[in-house]
Amino acid sequence: MSRLKASIAALKAANRKALVPYIVAGDPDRDTTIALMHQLVRDGSDVIELGMPFSDPSSDGAIIQLGAERALRQGSGLNTVFDIVAEFRKTNAETPIVLMGYLNPLEIMGYGTFVKRAADAGVDGLLIVDLPVSEAQSLLALTRPLDLDMIFLVAPTTTESRLSSICENSSGYIYYVSLKGVTGAAISDTGEIGKRVTALRQRTDLPIIVGFGIKDTNSAKAMAAVSDGVIVGSALVQKIGELTDSGKRDEASIAASTKLIADIRQALDA
Amino acid sequence: MSEIETVVAGTVPATIASTGQDQFSGPDVHGHFGQYGGVFVGETLMAAVEELDQVYRKLSKDPAFWQAFDHDMKHYVGRPSPLYFAERLSKKFGGAKIVLKREDLNHTGAHKINNTIGQALLAKHMGKPRIIAETGAGQHGVASATVAARLGLECHVYMGAEDVQRQSANVYRMKLMGANVIPVTSGSRTLKDALNEALRDWATNVDNTYYIIGTVAGPHPYPMLVRDFQAIIGREARAQSLQEYGRLPDALVACVGGGSNAIGLFHPFLRDSEVAIYGVEAGGDGVETGRHAAPLSAGKPGVLHGNRTYVMSDANGQIMETHSVSAGLDYPGVGPEHAWLKDIGRANYVSVTDTEALDAFRMLCRLEGIIPALESAHGLAYACKLAATMRPDQFIVVNLSGRGDKDIHTVAKIDGITV
Repeated sequence: MSRLKASIAALKAANRKALVPYIVAGDPDRDTTIALMHQLVRDGSDVIELGMPFSDPSSDGAIIQLGAERALRQGSGLNTVFDIVAEFRKTNAETPIVLMGYLNPLEIMGYGTFVKRAADAGVDGLLIVDLPVSEAQSLLALTRPLDLDMIFLVAPTTTESRLSSICENSSGYIYYVSLKGVTGAAISDTGEIGKRVTALRQRTDLPIIVGFGIKDTNSAKAMAAVSDGVIVGSALVQKIGELTDSGKRDEASIAASTKLIADIRQALDA
Repeated sequence: MSEIETVVAGTVPATIASTGQDQFSGPDVHGHFGQYGGVFVGETLMAAVEELDQVYRKLSKDPAFWQAFDHDMKHYVGRPSPLYFAERLSKKFGGAKIVLKREDLNHTGAHKINNTIGQALLAKHMGKPRIIAETGAGQHGVASATVAARLGLECHVYMGAEDVQRQSANVYRMKLMGANVIPVTSGSRTLKDALNEALRDWATNVDNTYYIIGTVAGPHPYPMLVRDFQAIIGREARAQSLQEYGRLPDALVACVGGGSNAIGLFHPFLRDSEVAIYGVEAGGDGVETGRHAAPLSAGKPGVLHGNRTYVMSDANGQIMETHSVSAGLDYPGVGPEHAWLKDIGRANYVSVTDTEALDAFRMLCRLEGIIPALESAHGLAYACKLAATMRPDQFIVVNLSGRGDKDIHTVAKIDGITV
């Protein structure tokens, strides 16, 4: 069983909600990212979404774009991403890692090389924001034999006809986008999201994890109540930005920057 | 008709589905030109892109839609634009006749209006009260503000903060027509960042907003529909050539940034294999220096802003900053149909440097009394070189895609003059 499937099964058995933080690989630097990942595990994260920094992140808001720019200034690219995952895996064999990013770096590296290096490094899943299912078949043909899960987004605008093909091609979990907009925007209508997630359950057995706009314990609890878990990105990347500005890299400062995740864990388990 | 195989360089042969039409009737139903094009956007925008595709496929079969388009082209834009023989310029090079397709004489001063008129008709049909657009030099922003004013639609134009500084006259033109110009301060603060920001706005306001993309890039159906609106350039040029010269031109030349003026001229001639086709990219300081905006000449296939095409990326797949004296060509991607035409060999893509373009700019001013846009001057510069290698009984049609009033400050600054 893959790490992602094992982790999801364990959550289900314990009747717990998934907590999935997102950080950018190489923000603010390679070593701090690895330290942050270990800290996020200690804070109670179930899966880590690791952002592959991209120069033109057109589905992300300003906070994550700034995180990507900080990482790119350090020379972070796919080589750094794989290096970070491999280093993390030396001392953590359990926590699933999903790489999240944009397609162009994969196109330039070549899909074959990319999936092999990802699998070798210890990556468990991929979420390519600008790769809809209809264009993903050649990548899916390469990820399936390697047991790499492909996670796709479902948005409030997703039509019925698209839902079936997304559910058929997804594995790991479904990432439900809570709002029309980009990462970091504000959620307006929890009730509507609950209805959409319930409808989605009729189509898939995969866990449905909600992301975009979850920035505190209240929004996390509200979203987790109507789904199988939450993804926290911008609010965390904002804190990592403050860590960068402070210049501090010690254990206490790193733990302080991810405190939101520990708080949300506590709130979800309460 | 059986399936037609097209060989795409560096890949297995791509097959274009049998449609009863020939290979130039693309894209296929998924928006592919060979391996290029397609739809690469976040899930939030997929429904909007699919809706636009359905609406356009239906409307584009409706003669009344094209009658409305042609009516605006004639009475609002001032078409047809003349095909003008540049006699003194041609004499200077002693070869083929250089003939200019005068898109600079259109209302708002460039070919961009052909597209915005067409897309405004789509926005109106779809009942969207709010228009957004991205712009580099400001010509597409002006053309979008123009159609929005005419239809009474709210209009927001994203423009890189650098370009807002460089093109202040166009910023003011947009404001005069009631548009809101939003300076983009993220990334490299130029056209590509304006496009990112427009995509973000669209994802946020997708219910009430129509995004007028300014070139033959973006996700399908944009490369197809923008081409169809711009193809009026080539249809006119083809008819005018037959009328004036009794035959088709020997060559076509147009500048290529995103490539909308070029595909507009080229497309109606693609099946005329005797007509040579040249797209001219911005060579900046020279392609060999790395400081340029010539993805077809020096880029690799990748994915940017919704489509697969030639892209200028570094070894890590990050989009590179581009360099060109012309803001309208300063873009790291290019329309996917051009990528495909390059690979199948139907069109040739070349580049000219900033210096060559500036020389051509000055030459056209002095010899013909026409101030061309710096973008168009790139096409002109290559056409002059090409003409010299051809016979006097041959002729070249160059797309003079825009007028150069917007560029006089840039040129004056290079000349050390304050206007």
